Amino acid sequence: MTTRTPFLFLPQLILLLTTLVVFGIELVPGDERRRKDWLPAIALTGLGGAAMAIIFLWSRTTTPPAGSILAGMIVVDRFALFFQILAVTTTALVVLLSTDYMRDRTPDQGEFYGLLLIVCLAITLVVAAADLLMVYVGIELLSLTSYVLTGYLREDRKSTEAGIKYFLFGATASAAMLYGMSLFYGATRTTNLAAIATALSEAENSLRGLVIPAAVFLLAGFGFKIAAVPFHQWAPDAYEGAPTPITAFLSVGPKTAGFAVLVRVFLIALPNFYPDWMALLSSISIITMIVSNLVAIFQTNVKRMMAYSSISHAGYILIGIVCWGRGGFGGSFEGISGVLIYLLAYLFTNVGAFAVITAFEEATGSSRIEDYAGLVSRSPALAWAMLVFLFSLAGIPGTGGFIGKLYVFGAAIQARAYTLAVVGIITSVIAAFYYLNLLRYVFFQPPTENPKSITLSATAKITLIVTCVLTLAIGLYAQPFLQLAQASANLW
Amino acid sequence: MVLQAVFMLFSAMAVGAALAVVTNKNIFHSALFLVVALLGVAGLYVLLEAPFIAVVQVLIYVGAISTLILFAIMLTRRLMDASERQRNEQWFISAIVAVGLFIVLVLSVGQVHWPVVHTDVPENHLNRLGQDLMEHYVLPFEVTAVLLLAALVGAIVIARERTR
Repeated sequence: MTTRTPFLFLPQLILLLTTLVVFGIELVPGDERRRKDWLPAIALTGLGGAAMAIIFLWSRTTTPPAGSILAGMIVVDRFALFFQILAVTTTALVVLLSTDYMRDRTPDQGEFYGLLLIVCLAITLVVAAADLLMVYVGIELLSLTSYVLTGYLREDRKSTEAGIKYFLFGATASAAMLYGMSLFYGATRTTNLAAIATALSEAENSLRGLVIPAAVFLLAGFGFKIAAVPFHQWAPDAYEGAPTPITAFLSVGPKTAGFAVLVRVFLIALPNFYPDWMALLSSISIITMIVSNLVAIFQTNVKRMMAYSSISHAGYILIGIVCWGRGGFGGSFEGISGVLIYLLAYLFTNVGAFAVITAFEEATGSSRIEDYAGLVSRSPALAWAMLVFLFSLAGIPGTGGFIGKLYVFGAAIQARAYTLAVVGIITSVIAAFYYLNLLRYVFFQPPTENPKSITLSATAKITLIVTCVLTLAIGLYAQPFLQLAQASANLW
Repeated sequence: MVLQAVFMLFSAMAVGAALAVVTNKNIFHSALFLVVALLGVAGLYVLLEAPFIAVVQVLIYVGAISTLILFAIMLTRRLMDASERQRNEQWFISAIVAVGLFIVLVLSVGQVHWPVVHTDVPENHLNRLGQDLMEHYVLPFEVTAVLLLAALVGAIVIARERTR
């Protein structure tokens, strides 16, 4: 069944329209205080509309369309739609987290939600991009807006520093990526991913010497987005300094977008060079898993620890891409659907963990691990929610994180990539150490001073319940989520 | 021969000025050298029979962006006693990495058989460019518009003076 072209852009149009409404509301005269309470509600409505449009498209999209859409700039396949759903869900949860956190921290409320919607729009475009030009423009839109959001709290030195660092590293990574794209364009005279693949296979081996360096340059850009070692240095500082809801966003939004682009570009444009980039990606994966988990142990700030934790998850997810296709699409553990289910579980788990961190910071103003001592007596709900999320991050059975790890490690074993599987499992055990260490503070350490109990706002409660339920649901009743991931794991 | 000499001239101009940008101690002088470097690149575009992009380079980079950088320097710091250290402790390692990268690139770019288009540049290529922007590349074009909006809003949020 084919859908007419304008409908394919329905989610993006809804998001753009909502953005303009949110920006415009700032201009309307009236009671400023009350108006600002409306902003998150409008943003959520727009995101809800976009989500419905995406689900509608997902249900209708089964076969590739006869003609290309808008000169092949965009491909609206189920893979893209799956990632669009992730982006919209993440943004909605982050809007919920931000309503309380940002209210008194910045006077520029409308711009905050508007920019957040633009980041979401950027991700929905990037994940569907089928042309290097579109990939680049989309990633730039995504990055520029993220830099601003990271440095949004101007009066806070750390936030400003985080924004500048993120910007400088990001600009360098983008430049490297663009240079790689220019090499591909020069060699193949096209920027379309599928056309690049055709041109490269026609040229046989005469371009081989160029493809590998160019792919490395591309990886610098994508690796920066997914925060894999050695492109990860920005992450701890940016995560620590950014407003906490934005940290939650950075750890999920750009990362999923980066993985979607990575998968599409490498699988569609460079399938003939699979052995080469497979070696590249698996070494990045191994370094990422080892370095991030070892460094994470020594962190004293929760946000920094979560930064290294999120870097390590990039390493695990890369395993799924490395093991693409090996062991066959018919196998029970297929790499790409492993990536999708991992990201789905990771989204709810990580945003949930940051919801706890945000609520804790709201109440105490601190994000040091020591200050989490005795959290269970101050707020049992927060403590138990944190238990669920940290168990899921550690990959303990019964949680979504376990299903994700099961599928990528399963894919590795099926593909006989035993090194990856072994390193993955060993580093998971190391990771459990620092996750459980935080839980030790939460449950077993006595609170240091004046243990006031923490009351949760309505939005915090909603976020916690949604993320908690879905983290457990993916772990306990995985079947529908697995089917969703498997149905979404084919690219055109 | 003449073309090659002109090419060498423009390349030397761009590379030499770029080196001056990153070694000069006075940041104002660095910004002025940046203008020279960008002009050199514009000259290369002319040689490549791409007059439109050469004009754009002069208008936007040489004209607008350099002026903006110069203004930013003039408004934020004293000019004459400026002596910035352009190196830090890691300059040696970075130099090794940069030289290594250069060698790898020269080797890989040099050994590749680049595809050659055996047709002339079309006469009215500016019309083609405009049409392509509105047809083939309309989506990236529109997304760039959103990008500009986001950048403007972001810049205002970060830089605007607050009256509270």
